[in-house]
Amino acid sequence: MSVRDLDARRLADAVARLYVKACLELPEAVKEKLYAFGNPYIIENFEKNGNLPLCQDTGMAAVYLEVGQDVHLVGDIPAAVDEGVRRAVKEGYLRSSIVADPLRRTNTGDNTPALLNVELVPGDRVKVTVVPRGFGCENKGRVAMLAPADGVEGVKAFVLETARLAVPDACPPVMIGVGLGGSFDRAPALAKKATLKERPNPDPFYAALEQELYEATKKFSIGVHILAAPTHIAGLPCAVSVGCHSLRYASEVI
Amino acid sequence: MDKHITTPLTDEAIRGLRAGDKVRITGIIYTARDAAHKKLVELLEAGQPLPFDPTGQIVYYTGPTPAPPGRPIGSCGPTTSYRMDKYTPALLEAGLKGLIGKGRRGQAVIDAIQAHTCVYFSAEGGCGALLANYVKTCEVVAFPELGTEAVHKLTVENFPVNVFCDCEGNIYSPYL
Repeated sequence: MSVRDLDARRLADAVARLYVKACLELPEAVKEKLYAFGNPYIIENFEKNGNLPLCQDTGMAAVYLEVGQDVHLVGDIPAAVDEGVRRAVKEGYLRSSIVADPLRRTNTGDNTPALLNVELVPGDRVKVTVVPRGFGCENKGRVAMLAPADGVEGVKAFVLETARLAVPDACPPVMIGVGLGGSFDRAPALAKKATLKERPNPDPFYAALEQELYEATKKFSIGVHILAAPTHIAGLPCAVSVGCHSLRYASEVI
Repeated sequence: MDKHITTPLTDEAIRGLRAGDKVRITGIIYTARDAAHKKLVELLEAGQPLPFDPTGQIVYYTGPTPAPPGRPIGSCGPTTSYRMDKYTPALLEAGLKGLIGKGRRGQAVIDAIQAHTCVYFSAEGGCGALLANYVKTCEVVAFPELGTEAVHKLTVENFPVNVFCDCEGNIYSPYL
């Protein structure tokens, strides 16, 4: 079995490129949803941004690495990712929004560190995804450790309550991501991933639930996506992540 | 039809605004968000003067991105207002008349808006690139160590907002 070497500097280049790109240009799938929603200010903002970031909150740089198990990453990976963020902030005129400590609150001045997430996958490539999520919407996420007896009705009630609490504060129309199952920490990670989904859940049961929740929220939402995972006999973890209309992400495979 | 107002605001101008009105603002406005609000209210509590005279002025809750070459400011949309609720009544008491942000306010803020004849506007959230077009000049006037959270003095022309809460406490949002 051969292993492919990948220099950390290539990772830094990819992060720098993707972070700027994500802040300046929405994914096509998001634009389509916003054209359908039809708020003229929002459409003008992404069509004619004049090379400025679409939103002043260029976020905490969440960087997702899907690392093929046949890749050998050469170098200091967290340092390379932070280097990519630092360069993007300088070259792309992005905002430095990160404080080094949650209570003592000194700005780090270059928007580092990134929020690094690593997942192992088959193959010899690395998929890099940068998600600049502003905190106007990030602050509106919630987790409920529901009981199994709460069932689908409990999930629906929690999702709709969270959605109602999110607007108008969190820049509607919003994308609602729901993470079900897993554990106390896994459910919100699934919920955030769900906000980036472009297609309905392949399981018809969840696709129908997504559609029902979208119908109930479409005055202020552009979609509801659900990701579900195995969980414990005693639990029904339910997390809701809210993405604002400036739903920014960019990926490439290296 | 949009209503046009200029800063500083008079009580008469504020009384002419109703929740849901589309308004264009021209003149000087000041930026302040979480960290600057904390410092401003600490100054008030210590009996010290503020770095700008708040009488009749508008504060805009925003933290702009750095200005690229040839532009006065970067992207500068509103940040969520409720985080400033703890500090807002003291600033309205000190003479501030207008607020620009996005989203709901707590009851204590709405009460203070009524008591002091003030107005709370919302700007379109997430449209910072578009809103930058209405800003003609930008300079830091206080707390430069806060970076994006410093107090910036902006000159705006026809800056587009909606009245979210008028001086009688009426609320309007298309999403509520």
